[in-house]
Amino acid sequence: MRKLGVGLLIGLLSVVLFAAVGGAQQRSLVLMGEMADQEAAAIEATLESFEAATGIKVETIWTRDPALLTTRIEAGNPPDIVLLPKPGQMVSLVEEGKLKDLTFMKSQLEEDYGQAWLDMGTVKGTIYGFYIAVSNKSMVWYSPAQFAARGYEVPTTWAELNALSDQIVADGETPWAIGLESGGATGWPGTDWIEDIMLRTAGAAVYDQWVAHDIAWTDPLIKTAFEYFGDIVLDPNYVFGGTTGALTTNFGDSPNELFVDPPNAYLHHQASFIESFFTADFPNLVPGIDYDWFVTPPINEALGTPAFGGGNVVVTFSDSAEAQALMRYLASAAVQEVWAARVGYISANKNVSPNVYPSDIVRGIADSLVNASAFRFDASDLMSEEIGAAFWKAVVDYVGGEDLDAVLEDMEAAY
Amino acid sequence: MRKRGFSHWLYIGPALAILAFFLVYPTVHTIILSFGDKTGEGLSGIANYRFVFTNRAMQTALRNNLLWVVVFTAVTVGLGLAMAVLLDRVRYERIAKSIIFLPMAISFVGSGVIWKFVYAFRPATVDQIGLLNGIVVALGGEPVGWLIERPWINNFALIFVAIWIWTGFCMVLLSATYKGIPKSLLESARLDGASEWQVFWRISFPLMRSTIAVAATMMLITVLKIFDIVYVMTNGNFGTEVIANRMYKEMFQFRNFGRASAIAVVLLLAIIPVMIFNLKRFREQEAIR
Repeated sequence: MRKLGVGLLIGLLSVVLFAAVGGAQQRSLVLMGEMADQEAAAIEATLESFEAATGIKVETIWTRDPALLTTRIEAGNPPDIVLLPKPGQMVSLVEEGKLKDLTFMKSQLEEDYGQAWLDMGTVKGTIYGFYIAVSNKSMVWYSPAQFAARGYEVPTTWAELNALSDQIVADGETPWAIGLESGGATGWPGTDWIEDIMLRTAGAAVYDQWVAHDIAWTDPLIKTAFEYFGDIVLDPNYVFGGTTGALTTNFGDSPNELFVDPPNAYLHHQASFIESFFTADFPNLVPGIDYDWFVTPPINEALGTPAFGGGNVVVTFSDSAEAQALMRYLASAAVQEVWAARVGYISANKNVSPNVYPSDIVRGIADSLVNASAFRFDASDLMSEEIGAAFWKAVVDYVGGEDLDAVLEDMEAAY
Repeated sequence: MRKRGFSHWLYIGPALAILAFFLVYPTVHTIILSFGDKTGEGLSGIANYRFVFTNRAMQTALRNNLLWVVVFTAVTVGLGLAMAVLLDRVRYERIAKSIIFLPMAISFVGSGVIWKFVYAFRPATVDQIGLLNGIVVALGGEPVGWLIERPWINNFALIFVAIWIWTGFCMVLLSATYKGIPKSLLESARLDGASEWQVFWRISFPLMRSTIAVAATMMLITVLKIFDIVYVMTNGNFGTEVIANRMYKEMFQFRNFGRASAIAVVLLLAIIPVMIFNLKRFREQEAIR
């Protein structure tokens, strides 16, 4: 803890020095992001030290409504710094000439971030953003205690996963808890499934072509990925509540089915952040005993076990010295260690010490991101807003019983 | 004869200026944008209008709006009228009317959330948390995904929420008019041997016709713009899309100014006939006075 304090002090000191030499006087900043209570509180805690050290006031706006940013940009009054949940948005904002580049802090970023993460913050050769609050999405949650009680084993291949599902069905139970409902974004958990499967059936190279729309949505490779997902979600024996259950259950409530007594389901595919959801509803769960996770098993052995995930990319609309000082501050390992320790935020900053993570589970997730045979960003977040939303809808339509070919043709027509 | 001066401009000038700035200018600007491209800078001809009428999601939205207009307007006005006339004859009229009017005080979003709970689905093997499925299961049925089953159940489930909100309003409006009909008129008809059915259709209904028309046009305009309920409850998924929700998506999610404006213009054009009808009727009424 003392080491942490010293790191924070050094980080702040450099910020103070920088702010002192900075030019234009803008003593307050607006920071906007889509964060939930705990995460927002962690960020605000570190902002307090920033404010105290620099005298720059930071006003924070936490919202789940993406229209707020659009409205402020159109009104010519964008926030100074924004945590964007979708890199696709960063690209379109750069194309519209709204964002300021981060060349001024390039050396700091190169020291702290791996090449893959730098590339994902780069648009046409210039760096515009860095990543915080990274999540792993190639994960299946389960309960080791329930597995032990029923003699189930953690699968290491897709065939074993299906065999496990069949075994659970044979025992008169339901293997999967799937929840696709998410208000205006209903369908996104299904896009995560399909992306995870794409990486395992078609590989990272095809995945990139898919994101860039170099292959059509009607391509058999994409259809195959949908069908792998369909083999699970469309089978009423496999999913708790069948397709109606999947479509009406909120993604945040869905994992609870694993932890009620007796359990309604045994497997749940969801990103690392879901831990904070079910532990809030079931505070007595013991990590490692009552819940744990395994990597989504490989389908094609030759393609290995790739990981994919999401995160927030931090971008700035301002080139004032104050905004630049805050950007440097947010990117620093010292600050990100505070977030990691407080809320188990996984940091993409490679100088963040693994020791700061609050549990072995989070440490394991962070480790899996570092050691994946390949890492890709969530495809639906990389695509434009419109295509991403169409993808959510494609999942809803497919699970809702529409013909897959028609669904994929609709996707292709959305461009 | 009084000489015509310019002083009248002084009086209507400010009103005209405000009207021009807040109504005419945005309308004209929207029409111009509807022929523009995504960012609103270049031109795209009629491409946006082609999108409005050929895109599959838009076609669903147009079809659903028609369904909303017909079902919602007919049921709110019809039910409101029935309540107004029937409750006039009972002792607990005030309480009954208050209860029916109550949902009017709840916002569309609030109602959407409330009814999402009522329609909640849980698999048959566990306890139901939704009221409606609770009743269905208690009666020995299978739980239904009220907001999922397309194309009829889910659309009617949504329309019902709006009906629940607005019927009370129609009822109050029509009840006031019904009470304004001279009782002696109805009495004399009854004395002359008219049945209650005849009294209603031959006397009450014609006398209430103008208020019914007002209520119907109001409901029509309300429902053409329907957005909140759909946005909160299904966001247009499962074939429940409506025009205004699509407009919101194009504008604020996809930032496509051209398409959003084209949808707005189509919605405006759809409302104009209703407005003309309303104005015409208004003039006729003035002429009678």
